Amino acid sequence: MPVLFDEMFTADQQVRAHYQPFHDWLKQQPDNFMASKREEADLIFRRVGITFAVYGDDAGTERLIPFDQIPRIIPAHEWKTLQAGLKQRVRALNMFIHDVYHEQAIIKAGVVPPEYILGNSQYRPEMRGLNVPNDVYAHVAGVDVVRAGKADGSGDYYVLEDNLRVPSGVSYMLENRKMMMRLFPDLFVNNRIAPIAHYPDVLLDSLRAVAPVGVDDPTVVVLTPGIYNSAYFEHAFLAQQMGVELVEGKDLFVDDHTVYMKTTQGPRRVDVIYRRLDDDFLDPLAFRPDSALGVPGLMSVYREGRVTLTNAIGTGVADDKAIYTFVPDMVRFYLSEEPILNNVPTWQCRKPEDLSYVLANLPDLVVKEVHGAGGYGMLVGPAATQAEIEHFRQLLKASPGNYIAQPTLALSACPTFVESGIAPRHIDLRPFVLSGKGISVVPGGLTRVALKEGSLVVNSSQGGGTKDTWVLEG
Amino acid sequence: MLSSTADHLFWMARYVERAENTARMLDANLQSSLLPQAGSTPGEVWHTMLSLSELKDAYLARHDQVSSDRMLDFMVSDTSNLSSIYCSFRAARENARAVRGALTTELWETFNTTWLEMNQQLKNGVHQKTPGEFFEWVKFRSHLSRGVLIGTMLNDEAFHFARLGTFLERADNTARILDVNFRRQAEQDALQVDGDEQNDSLQRDYYHWASLLRSLSAFENYRKVYRHAITPARVAELLILRGDMPRSLLACLAEVERNLKAVANKQSGETERRAGMMHAELRYGRIDDILHTGMHAYLTDFLERINDLGARISQDFLVG
Repeated sequence: MPVLFDEMFTADQQVRAHYQPFHDWLKQQPDNFMASKREEADLIFRRVGITFAVYGDDAGTERLIPFDQIPRIIPAHEWKTLQAGLKQRVRALNMFIHDVYHEQAIIKAGVVPPEYILGNSQYRPEMRGLNVPNDVYAHVAGVDVVRAGKADGSGDYYVLEDNLRVPSGVSYMLENRKMMMRLFPDLFVNNRIAPIAHYPDVLLDSLRAVAPVGVDDPTVVVLTPGIYNSAYFEHAFLAQQMGVELVEGKDLFVDDHTVYMKTTQGPRRVDVIYRRLDDDFLDPLAFRPDSALGVPGLMSVYREGRVTLTNAIGTGVADDKAIYTFVPDMVRFYLSEEPILNNVPTWQCRKPEDLSYVLANLPDLVVKEVHGAGGYGMLVGPAATQAEIEHFRQLLKASPGNYIAQPTLALSACPTFVESGIAPRHIDLRPFVLSGKGISVVPGGLTRVALKEGSLVVNSSQGGGTKDTWVLEG
Repeated sequence: MLSSTADHLFWMARYVERAENTARMLDANLQSSLLPQAGSTPGEVWHTMLSLSELKDAYLARHDQVSSDRMLDFMVSDTSNLSSIYCSFRAARENARAVRGALTTELWETFNTTWLEMNQQLKNGVHQKTPGEFFEWVKFRSHLSRGVLIGTMLNDEAFHFARLGTFLERADNTARILDVNFRRQAEQDALQVDGDEQNDSLQRDYYHWASLLRSLSAFENYRKVYRHAITPARVAELLILRGDMPRSLLACLAEVERNLKAVANKQSGETERRAGMMHAELRYGRIDDILHTGMHAYLTDFLERINDLGARISQDFLVG
């Protein structure tokens, strides 16, 4: 049985060295202090309007993501490894995407079987042979990392998934930090915490670096599906922080091989679109014809290299859960390096021998849809009822290729405020990796926490909360 | 700036102004309906208001009789009446949310807080228990959003489109409020021509016009400007032709013209010309001529031209 790794305490209840100052501080706070600070935080989040919409609720229903005041702290040496591993991974993934739309060397070398790529619904034939600036496809990657305990009491980081399409959450990373500094300024005096507020600057730099060839002073915009999208707050936030326009599809049009936005002074050319819209909705002429969110003709301008889309079209081929298993091989293949970060062992249900193992061990495994996201459509074996397990057994038998399975990791836990006081809750970490000219990672990421006791599902749509993430400076 | 951004800013400001003026109109009518009124039922003031805001059908579809309580519900908290204060503040906040990146943090938070507080107020039934207090609150939230806009926003296009929305809406609303009141006055005059009732009528007039002036924050100003008994002609002059009276039609049109000039583009010439004409006519107009035309006819024409300006602004700048 896996061993629980607690971020703050060792197995014999000693405070870990990097948590000691915070732990001492927390002990000194009067009883009601943290509770009153929590109310203050809720009030501010509401007033500022840091909310997200929940699909399935009434249109326009806005909720707060619960914010926990106990930070997740990462010591400097751990971050150094994580950062190197993340950069390495994203570099390899970008090379992989370039390869699958060009020479397909990785297929020819027999490292990845062709059906995993060419038979993938996220593979976009439209991208074949197309060159994108700096060969960067995944300009913004949100790599989900978890830590799992080992028998010797230590904990290893594992990459759970590489989100290469339109990963979200970075605004919460930034707002959580702002909130912590507002609520507890003294903590920041007494701890050496790496700052993160420059993320929008780095993002803008990365976006400008991939402007179409010959454009010196590119016009960058953020493309949002609109105010009812669950991540609308983030879209507006990033546009404002970067000082660029936030546009919807209806604000843009294509004329004479150029994308324009409609302004009060007439049309203005757009060069780089940070789109927060899935491929399928970008251009009704090229993809889903019923999309009212996109821009007719956008794809043709893109193919001519006269506008840059970030992330590029077709990155989904590299972040589904079946391709995931090959990422360590990609690192070796493209970079001739050993992967720094671990993958979680994964069974491919499309392989008969893996499927029979999975079917025989369902109560111990986590089963996920290959293209699933947001914590929907997954089975957490140890927490599931008999009926849920049987339901998944049928699903697996019906379309095994749709699923992968992984051992149930004991995600590390971090002390968290809950109704009964402070108790450990499982967490993950989503650092954001930016690629433009080079690759950079702002120290930290979004820490999500499963607020329900024992739950391993951290998604905000499933009752997860968030924490500030501190990377300590060495 | 993006046409759609300008559009949101324009409507954000319009909806706040609309909420404020709805509160002003309701407050005045609520007070009038408390006065003893010879020859008219308390419901009549509401009837006039409904027909002039073109809401009679919508109201009658939901309520079988006209009463103060129901009117308040309909015009304050009814989520299906797009002219209610609730819906106006909601629309203002939705428009602000759509362009929150174009607003200062303070301004966005002002809109958002107004929305959150309003939900709380309506939940507690403040508008039913103490409507006067609720209307004061609405007015002050509107003052605050304008103040924060002026005090924090860069004076760029965004600012001017919001200001355009404010003054176009205010011109429309002041004209409507005048129309309601002059029409009611005309109806009551028609009912009573007896010499015996002259005194009653004078007294009634005083309360009527005083409450109108108060509803437009013009009572003290009237005293300052005229130092004279309150007469309909002077009330009309103050609220139409006085450039120093902040809610008058002239003051509104001066601002419309000024802000329009600040955002002018290649195709907006005709719109500017029409705004300039309206401004000039008000600036050099005389109240006797207006009364000679007849208030209702004059205001109907004015409202049509304001409507036309709104449509032209939309066409020239906001559709893109």
